[in-house]
Amino acid sequence: MPNWLDVVIRSILFMIILFLITKWLGKKQISQLSFFEYVNGITIGSIGAEVVTGLEQKISLGIIAIITCAAIPFLAGLLSLKSKGFRGFIEGKGSIFIKDGKIMEDNLKKERYSTDELLELLRKKNVFQVSDVEFAVLEPTGDLSVLLKKENQPLTAKDLNMSVATVKEPQTVIMDGKILDEPLTTIGRSRRWLITELEKLGVTIDNVFLGQVNSYGELTVDLYDDKLKVPSPQERPLILATMKKCQADLESFALGTENKEAKELYRKNSEKLQKAIDKVSPILRN
Amino acid sequence: MTIASEVKQCMASLKGVEASLSSLALRTQDDESKRTLHETMMIVHEVVEDIKKRVGELEREETQYKGF
Repeated sequence: MPNWLDVVIRSILFMIILFLITKWLGKKQISQLSFFEYVNGITIGSIGAEVVTGLEQKISLGIIAIITCAAIPFLAGLLSLKSKGFRGFIEGKGSIFIKDGKIMEDNLKKERYSTDELLELLRKKNVFQVSDVEFAVLEPTGDLSVLLKKENQPLTAKDLNMSVATVKEPQTVIMDGKILDEPLTTIGRSRRWLITELEKLGVTIDNVFLGQVNSYGELTVDLYDDKLKVPSPQERPLILATMKKCQADLESFALGTENKEAKELYRKNSEKLQKAIDKVSPILRN
Repeated sequence: MTIASEVKQCMASLKGVEASLSSLALRTQDDESKRTLHETMMIVHEVVEDIKKRVGELEREETQYKGF
């Protein structure tokens, strides 16, 4: 067998082996959460490269080496699930860089991070002013996690005491002009329903690049033809507008009538309707 | 337009809202939104029932206008 053919065969073989090994080790190996996995990734890769190009090496020995190297983090992973101490040893602990808004110089020195590097890590998190930070910790992976001071955190609905509607994740039901059956059944819809909805929008299925159904069962689409305008779902705002109109009507009836009983009835119901509107408007507003 | 016909129109709109809310509640995936929509639908239903009573009274008063 000529040398080049040997190399080709070894390359393909080891590609398959490395692929299978990485799949077996799982997503953790790819994200390289601990420096253990980082080192292991390099080792396995080097063994693979060594055996592929070094024709004097035996393939079987290379495979054994790779499997052994893969088994160690696998076992370590199992062990570290059980024991907190082992986990701290294998995966390392985070070091606190900023606490109570103050930089911990000793910890910086211990991890051999310079002030410039700390500033760089903070900038990566979109923080340019150290005084904005309440707490920051250097994770074992080398990422900096930053907790901003409360006044610098983004405003949330909770801060504003606003009630917002809870929603479920949207489902993608059309991709590249093809209907996806699995997400459709997840939300309890049929193909026929989808086709009817598309007809309502006035588009054909072939023209749809992407179609999603939101938490309220409304279909939104993106078309291949970007010049076409697709109407956005109007049902919910329309319900809210009708409710508001009826509430105003009831109020004006209450003012218009001279019959005391009727006045009371109109007033009572307009209040009732107003309360209902307040309650449901987070859902009906777009 | 007489008052009776205006009240009737309002009642019809509310009935439409009731139906829309009901169908929206059925289609909504999130349980909490579903419940809120259903409760709102019940309130609208109560309002419709009240107005229906008033429509009956108005029909008796304005004999020239009889609807349903």
